[in-house]
Amino acid sequence: MNHAIITVNDLNLWYGQSQALKHITMEIPEKSITALIGPSGCGKSTFLKTLNRMNDLIPTVKITGEVRYGGENIFESEVNALRKEVGMVFQKPNPFPMSIYDNIAYGPRTHGIKSKAKLDEIVERSLRDAAIWDEVKDRLKKNAIGLSGGQQQRLCIARALAVEPKVLLMDEPTSALDPISTSRIEELAMELKEKYTIVIVTHNMQQAVRISDFTAFFLLGELVEFGETEEMFSQPKDQRTEDYITGRFG
Amino acid sequence: MSTKRKIFRWAVRIGMGLATGITAALTLFLVGYVLIKGFPNISWELLSTSPSYISERIGILPDILNTVYIVIATLIIVIPLGVGAAIYLTEYAASKKLVGIIEYAAEALSGIPSIIYGLVGMLIFSNNMGTSLLAGALTLVIMNLPTIMRNTQESLKTVPQSYREGAFGLGAGKWRVIRTVVLPGCLDGVITGCILSVGRILGESAALLYTAGFAHVAYGFFDGLTQSGSTLTVALYVYAKERGEFGVAFAIASILMVLAFLINLSASMISKHHQRRNAA
Repeated sequence: MNHAIITVNDLNLWYGQSQALKHITMEIPEKSITALIGPSGCGKSTFLKTLNRMNDLIPTVKITGEVRYGGENIFESEVNALRKEVGMVFQKPNPFPMSIYDNIAYGPRTHGIKSKAKLDEIVERSLRDAAIWDEVKDRLKKNAIGLSGGQQQRLCIARALAVEPKVLLMDEPTSALDPISTSRIEELAMELKEKYTIVIVTHNMQQAVRISDFTAFFLLGELVEFGETEEMFSQPKDQRTEDYITGRFG
Repeated sequence: MSTKRKIFRWAVRIGMGLATGITAALTLFLVGYVLIKGFPNISWELLSTSPSYISERIGILPDILNTVYIVIATLIIVIPLGVGAAIYLTEYAASKKLVGIIEYAAEALSGIPSIIYGLVGMLIFSNNMGTSLLAGALTLVIMNLPTIMRNTQESLKTVPQSYREGAFGLGAGKWRVIRTVVLPGCLDGVITGCILSVGRILGESAALLYTAGFAHVAYGFFDGLTQSGSTLTVALYVYAKERGEFGVAFAIASILMVLAFLINLSASMISKHHQRRNAA
């Protein structure tokens, strides 16, 4: 197991009165893909959004415990610096209604890069890394809204890569896509783990098996089991995990 | 189908047709009547001169200028205030309860007869700074502030939350997200609201009768603001009611009507452009 890039220690989270995450403790290994699985409402998306503090946007959220990234508790560090390091790809592709180029350049510009040459270079590298460069290189000035759903999602991945994050959080990134686009995103994720740490929420158990190195199974806000994907799917330690992955509920 | 039912259906149809016909005829009659009576009285001399009792000439240049000045002065003050308040309430304010109260108050204010704003404006502004275009403009600011604010708020709410999340996810701060993603995404909605406000300012007379005065002297912008002056709508009232110059009154009326038409046209063009872009 690779060295841990994120360490979660006794994390609890409440939406108002209801507790959505209960005593989560786990380590996310660097440069690998960790899949978060579990039935709807189990807390896996909430957990993902905690890792770059996107839950801050919801006013009623209360959090205890700690998440350490780079030796620091993320709840005490500067949130925009954290999100530069821990990027996010959303369930529904959400390109900004601006040109493809400006979409990719948005992050770098946010963090102070102004040089045209530097931005050109970042845009090309990010689009190449997200395996969409060849499809869009001739229409960088066109509005990103005109791309297909699958292209939009890869554009969003490129946009996230443009700020050079260490970790990429993906919240069911293929649930709104067709099978071909889905397999392209999966291939992409497997290539990206050479350079980045990926945490992916998925409803699709086959997807977890196909692409992830580690799997965490959530149920009712608890982390039931966490381990190597192969092992968990062949010899689950917990009865609830076995029931879920064999399709007895969920 | 029974005969009774058939008759009923025909009666309903005829009734609806009649209602539509009357509505259309009234509108067309009104527009046609004003334009037909107004256009022949519009002359270059009327548009380009000031009135003179000595030469018994009537010119509405000062009223045109005053109207332009009051529109500009009002917008300069009301847009930053209204848009700023809307951004704060929609994007920053933490207490949803307080936001609700302010929204409710704003909506209630926009339903008040404008003559009440005139009365208040007279007591607050004109009695302190003299009857002047600026006092009138400030009164119109108070009158238009709730509408501009509410309209901007609604425009801000049409920007999908996913855009905001995407920008926050890249490490953008709140103000940067608003400036680069939220505002550009709803700018046409905000502009449409402002254009419709121009229409309301152009058409306002009751609030200005109390506050801006009746003078017909042409000044520059800054001098004009400190002087009493009548806008086109007020001049329309004065010429028709106090001087019996119905030709001039109808000329002004047809100018205002054309302006109102142009304003509505540009507002609807902008919002159509907005819809097309959002659908793309």
